[in-house]
Amino acid sequence: MGGVIDVLSWVLLAAGSAFVFIGGLGALRLPNFYTRMHAASLTDGMGTILILVGIMLQAGWSLAAFKLLAILIFLILTGPTASYALANAALLSERDPGHSPADSEEN
Amino acid sequence: MVTLFAVFLLTLLILTAIAIVRTADLFAAVMLTGIFSFLMAANFFVLDAADVALTEAAVGAGITTVLFLSTLALTAEREQPIATGRWLSIGVVVVTTLTLIYATFDKPRLGDPEAPVHQHVAPWYLETTPELIDIPNVVTAILGSFRGYDTLGEVFVVLTACIGVLFILSPRRGKHLSSVENALSSTASGLRHHLIPKVVGHLLIPFIVLFGLYVLFHGEYGPGGGFQAGAILATGIILYALLEGEAQALRVLPRSAQMGMVVGGAMLYGAVGVAGIAYGGNFLDYAVLMSDPVKGKQLGILMIEIGVGLTVCGALLSIFHAFAARGQH
Repeated sequence: MGGVIDVLSWVLLAAGSAFVFIGGLGALRLPNFYTRMHAASLTDGMGTILILVGIMLQAGWSLAAFKLLAILIFLILTGPTASYALANAALLSERDPGHSPADSEEN
Repeated sequence: MVTLFAVFLLTLLILTAIAIVRTADLFAAVMLTGIFSFLMAANFFVLDAADVALTEAAVGAGITTVLFLSTLALTAEREQPIATGRWLSIGVVVVTTLTLIYATFDKPRLGDPEAPVHQHVAPWYLETTPELIDIPNVVTAILGSFRGYDTLGEVFVVLTACIGVLFILSPRRGKHLSSVENALSSTASGLRHHLIPKVVGHLLIPFIVLFGLYVLFHGEYGPGGGFQAGAILATGIILYALLEGEAQALRVLPRSAQMGMVVGGAMLYGAVGVAGIAYGGNFLDYAVLMSDPVKGKQLGILMIEIGVGLTVCGALLSIFHAFAARGQH
């Protein structure tokens, strides 16, 4: 049983690291701001979840696992919110034709 | 393994520092400063200095970034190009670096029990804390009780710094917004039109405040204490101000209340010291506060931590609001 959990945890950790690596690569190589942000959100989303669940499996039923769960929930909530705020700020500062100037100044 | 991790963190730290110096975009520099602080906090944690790590993360990466951004909102976003004096500054940096590296040759190995720092008063603190104060976190015992004078001085430094910053920044008298303008600005500012940050922010604020209180009252048992708690509490309230707008945040916690916190916290600290004299002990001698000297010391440490937390929280909030008020004019 312990072996199965160990293998599962390492698979999750490796997959999470792969997501973080691809996210980092994308953030460096993709052509414009929005696509780069999309790549970075890969790190935020799947990378964080997989790595933290992997570490939780290593920790077993303990206080550490609960703390990791709390961190995971916090990151799941804040990561996409930060991405949204960033993309929104970029959209407003570029003053796209779809947005009237009054719209931008309100925020 | 830990050494490898520490070397990795330190390398990133140097890269971040070089990036901060080289970038002309001040906004990027502020973000990099936040990253620098987080790396520094991780480094402190690797060195088992959890209290310092918590302070660095809360103050360096959290509050300082917000204050830097508020400053940037008032000034330009790009650095002024400086052409002169570059070689002189590079020379000074190189000489200082070489001197520091030369100095490290005489430093004892990390964690060496024979190191001078472990021969002086540190063993005495470690031995007597369980007996005299009976709390697990020796750092809190040193800061709150053994070196209570130093911490009192630090609180008054925070108080003085806050007064100084407010003298420079606070909005002039007689330029108060009328109630109509006030109502207008409260609808225009804040993130009223952004549903997602608003909902998530409102979800997080109670937990941030709860964590701040936990750090404050749990400082005797784990890493934490007044300074960190004050910074975390201020972060929660600043988040509220960002979501709901300045006016609403000032309605919840007006300027007078903030000043009350700054002054009241320092006064509470001083009052605990004077109470020691009143009960027949020395200044800041908590042992006489209760019939059991150990319990008295614990009570005294808790009281002064609350005082420190109030002062730090109030100071950070009033500085933030001073920046924000400047931005409106």
